[in-house]
Amino acid sequence: MSRPVLEIEHLSAAIRGGPRLLHDVSLSVAAGEVHGLVGMSGAGKSMIGRCVLGVLPAPVHVTGGRVRVSGQDMLGLSERARRKAGAAMALIPQDPLSALNPSRRIAGQMTDVLRLRLGLSRDEADARALAMLRDVQLRDPEGVLRRYPHELSGGMRQRVLIATAFACEARLIVADEPTTALDVTVQKQILRLIRDLQRRHATALLFITHDLGVVAKICTSVTVLNSGAVVEQAPVADIFARPRHAYTRALLAAMPRYDRPGALAPVPAELLG
Amino acid sequence: MAERGTPGHALANWRVLAGGAVLLALILAASLAPVLAPYDPLDQDLAAQLSPPDWRLARDAHALGTDSLGRDVLSRLIYGSRVALIVALVAGVLTALAGTALGLAAGFFGGWTDIVISRAVDIWSSFPPVLLSIILVALIGTGLWSVVAAIVLIDWTRFCRVVRAETLKQRRMDYIDAAIVAGLRPSAILWREVVPNVLPLALVLLTLEMGIAVVVEAVLSFVGLSISSDAPSWGGMIAEGREVVHQAPWLLIGAMLALLATVLGFNVLGDGLKQELDPVLR
Repeated sequence: MSRPVLEIEHLSAAIRGGPRLLHDVSLSVAAGEVHGLVGMSGAGKSMIGRCVLGVLPAPVHVTGGRVRVSGQDMLGLSERARRKAGAAMALIPQDPLSALNPSRRIAGQMTDVLRLRLGLSRDEADARALAMLRDVQLRDPEGVLRRYPHELSGGMRQRVLIATAFACEARLIVADEPTTALDVTVQKQILRLIRDLQRRHATALLFITHDLGVVAKICTSVTVLNSGAVVEQAPVADIFARPRHAYTRALLAAMPRYDRPGALAPVPAELLG
Repeated sequence: MAERGTPGHALANWRVLAGGAVLLALILAASLAPVLAPYDPLDQDLAAQLSPPDWRLARDAHALGTDSLGRDVLSRLIYGSRVALIVALVAGVLTALAGTALGLAAGFFGGWTDIVISRAVDIWSSFPPVLLSIILVALIGTGLWSVVAAIVLIDWTRFCRVVRAETLKQRRMDYIDAAIVAGLRPSAILWREVVPNVLPLALVLLTLEMGIAVVVEAVLSFVGLSISSDAPSWGGMIAEGREVVHQAPWLLIGAMLALLATVLGFNVLGDGLKQELDPVLR
């Protein structure tokens, strides 16, 4: 088997002079694989994603470990080298409104990235943006390109961002709760769309979510995170069939399910670390 | 109805229209002053001191009266618009450029750049602006360009503070992170992602600043620290008019109305532009 696209080894991070956020996190995502990163709010899921992408908030810094994308170490890079290496990655963010610049039309925002990443001419980038918007099943893609972000619905915005992420041929895409801000019906469509595109492009996808239902639908393997540390790592079928760790079992028990109606069990306080 | 965001749409906004009309009137008055003014603004007619407004269209009538030296008030008002316009445009634009640039730098780069600029703003803001401008003009000498320099030196903080805060807000948005991930250089991020979002705000502030600049010039003229006292300016006219307000109120009223209309016009223009430029509001 070839080398995984994303390799995280013993990654630790902390707020400068403050609490530890990540402790000894290791995981890897191969091309064509969807790796779920689950845990409750504050478990450090998004921090891992931001660390991989190199956009950690200012007070947070990495205290140890390694992050490699396509074999290249991402943490020791100069800013210039990082910008180049970034070409292998893209982000599908949680809040599709704040991820689009409100004062620029969709076309400019999409083609900027395409021209920079793929070295396309203006016309080529326009054509590719249009083709990608068709690919994500947006109605009237020409019209969407001319619009401003606030003129689109949440689902449409998320489709635009997904189109941009896949259009620039990233080998690794970090999806940070891409469906959390959307309503349930749109969620399902967006998930299917991400999965289809991911399979077609054989992208390595790091899928951050707190929703185990979503994990079951889309992921191939899962890392369960609690208080910044890995508690369990397994193929997705094993997590649901044979959860080994008490925290994982507690998360599963707290998940609403059609087939098991009844009261939900909150995660016990002693498991919160 | 024209498409949103186009000049056609902006012209359908009454605020933009009214404000633009005031600005246009000011520009016309200033540039066509020799044609429009019935008299030379410096011509003294000592036989007709403080003559009241006279609306007859006679050859030697003074439509808005004369001042204590017999100079035609209407002509002085028209010529005074030149000072107002120069101060509004030059001081306003320079102030906007300086303050916006510093505010962007402080908000975008953070760290020491931010600390140095923000502390400078704090220290600047701790002085009463009118006092500071009087001290400055007293130091660098009177004259129109000293007034412009004083306005820029004092009011850049107004832009700096607001633009810095807005830049900080933009800096935390996800699209900035997305741009970093996409590999845009910091300069490209600043120009393409931050500046377009800060620009409407800066433009609105500019129109306010233009109004403020006109007032500051009037204040400095009033205390005799602007252009020489015989040259026509609205502040100077108000100062003169104040001394004879009981005998000749028209002296004061004309200049005050001109000042009021100008400042109000700029403010309304700013409000209108805000509506038209903000992609979410329009």
